[in-house]
Formats: sequence, C-alpha cells, structure tokens
Amino acid sequence: MSILDWFFFREPDSAKLAKDRLQIVVARERASTGDRVQSYLPQLQQELLQVIAKYEKLDLEQVSVMLDRKGDAEVLEINIVLPEDPKRGSSVRTRGLSLSTG
Amino acid sequence: MAKVTVITSGKGGVGKTTSAASIAAGLALAGKKTAVIDFDVGLRNLDLVMGCERRVVYDLVNVVKGEASVRQALIKDKRCEELYVLPASQTRDKDALELEGIGAAIDELAAMGFEHIICDSPAGIERGAQAAMYFADEAVVVTNPEVSSVRDSDRIIGMLDAKTQRAVRNDTPVKCHLLITRYSPKRAAAGEMLKVEDVLELLGIELLGVIPESQSVLTASNMGVPVVMSEKSDAADAYRDVVKRLLGLQSPHRFIEGEKRGFFSRLFGAGEQRAVVGG
Repeated sequence: MSILDWFFFREPDSAKLAKDRLQIVVARERASTGDRVQSYLPQLQQELLQVIAKYEKLDLEQVSVMLDRKGDAEVLEINIVLPEDPKRGSSVRTRGLSLSTG
Repeated sequence: MAKVTVITSGKGGVGKTTSAASIAAGLALAGKKTAVIDFDVGLRNLDLVMGCERRVVYDLVNVVKGEASVRQALIKDKRCEELYVLPASQTRDKDALELEGIGAAIDELAAMGFEHIICDSPAGIERGAQAAMYFADEAVVVTNPEVSSVRDSDRIIGMLDAKTQRAVRNDTPVKCHLLITRYSPKRAAAGEMLKVEDVLELLGIELLGVIPESQSVLTASNMGVPVVMSEKSDAADAYRDVVKRLLGLQSPHRFIEGEKRGFFSRLFGAGEQRAVVGG
C-alpha cells in the first residue's frame, strides 16, 4: 500500500450496499403485498403467460414482471424468455418490453 | 375541525413515542389544543415519556368500551395548558380496540375543541397499528436510516394508502410525512449509514424532518419530559422545526449535513478513530 493509499483509505461503502438491497426487496414486496397500486402485477404475470402459452411453450418462471422507479417515472419491465427454437438453430432468445407509467 | 395525525413506523424502537410526545407538546406550546392518544394497549409507555404515569385512572379501552367518558380519561399536562394525554390500557389486549368506539372518542375530542389529535401507534402491522392509523388525516412515518426500519416503513406507507378510512371512502389519501430519527450526518458522510436522500428516494414520501442522534432524548425520557421542552438540545431544535412545518410554516431543513471539516481536522480526526479501533 502506498502512502497515498493510506491517506485516502476508506472502508467499503456499506450504506451503498444497504440501499441497493433495499431497492430490490422493497420493489418485490410492493408487488406481492398488494398494498400499493402495483397489486395487479402477479395477476398480470399469470395472464401474460396464458396469452403467450397459446403460441409458445412457457413456464411461469420465464415471464418476469418488475416495477422499478427511475426518478419520478415508474418503469414496468416485462421480460419473456422464449425457449430454444431447433428449426432456426438459435439458442435462447430474450425479448424485453418496457412500459413507462406516470 | 380537528386534525388527526398518526405517528407510525412498523418497526419498534425507532422513536414513535418520543416523536408523538414531542410533536404533541410542540403543537400545544404553539397554542393549539392538542390530545395525544397511546394506542399501544398492553405495552403503554407514552405516560412515562410524558411524565404522567402516576396520574392514570381511566384509559383508552375504558373509553372505547363506554366504561368512562373521554373527559374522565384525559390527563391534563402540568407544564402546558393546551396539552392532554389519553393513556393506553396496560392490562387489556389489543382486540379491545373497536374502530367504532375509537371513532366516537375522536369525534368527542373534536367536539371538545381539540385542534390536533396525535395517535401514537404500536409497533407492527396488526390490529393495534391499524386502529391507530384508521382515522388519520395525516401520518408521520418515523424511520431510522437502517435497512429493517426502511423496509417496515414501506409496508406501513402501503397500508396508509389502502387500509385507512380515507382509502376505504375514496377520499383524498392520508398525507404521509417522513421523519428520519437517530440520524448521524457524520456516519452518513462516511458511507456507513443510509443518507437522508437515499431514504427519501426509497420511500418516495415528503420529508418532514431529520432528528439527529442525541443524548438529550434519553435524558428527557429519564425525566418524563418531552424532548422538545429541553433547552440546548439539537433534537429539541429539530422537533421544534418539525412542529413549525406541520403548522404549515417554512423552516429550512437542518441536521442533514455534518459540520464541514478542514484538511487538518480530517487528518487528526482520522488518526483519532484509528487509535480507538486499534485500542
């Protein structure tokens, strides 16, 4: 460790880690407890799955619905992982859909 | 019109009762006729913090059950003309809190000319906490800059949006204020504690105030005096600011930033800390 490192030595920033962990847990709990507006998320996930299942074989785990907050805007992020398509020889295709709400 | 304000948090031990006592006392000192109600049935403590524990005769459960009148149960504060305490029962269980009876008690307080009714919520998200928030017009969500407190506050904000009379009746929602307590600007600046802005961003409600970590809070509760009545205390100054803001007055936020330190004091300060850690 150089002299400069000693002068500017800082503990790893645990508050940053706390904030990151909270952002994830709070978003998940808002979606599942149904106390806030996001209460329809689990149902939305189920219904999307039903629609997509008409065209593709999918499991519930392959459709993820997340609500995130960026500044004043809320971002509803829907990720659908489509299964391998042997005819086209591609591996896994991931398609994302993002909707922004007030 | 009486304004009903619930002091709530979800998590225990974050400073709900301390804040309820100081906000109620501060409003009363500002000349507003104020009643503070302890909803923590079975674990009452507001009476101790307010210093009236030896004057409790009737309690909230007696009032809700119709065994005593509101007037009989109210304890008049000896230091401040406009301040009254309605204590919780120490022996009954929380199921004794029927919403109908609480609503009637709040209506009676309003009819007696009370301008502010402060409801000190118990910890948790069960019946007692829901009873304390049900009739609220405004809410003060007390949060420590710490992970479990922030998570629980988020749950409580969700319940304030969904499970109060205002939500049920589709009235304008309960106005939620964030009160951050036990804050240390120094530790936040060092990256050891969530910053005020982090907590605000996570919870997304308006900041009412920041109460710095202070020895005067314990000293005041030892003596049974709401900390807002202490002199030469930064926590008391912070609560006085909070009361001003609740009354709609402007008051710039304080206690968010620590004192600015120069190069030499940082150098010597850092040395001191290392010595402590090393020893």
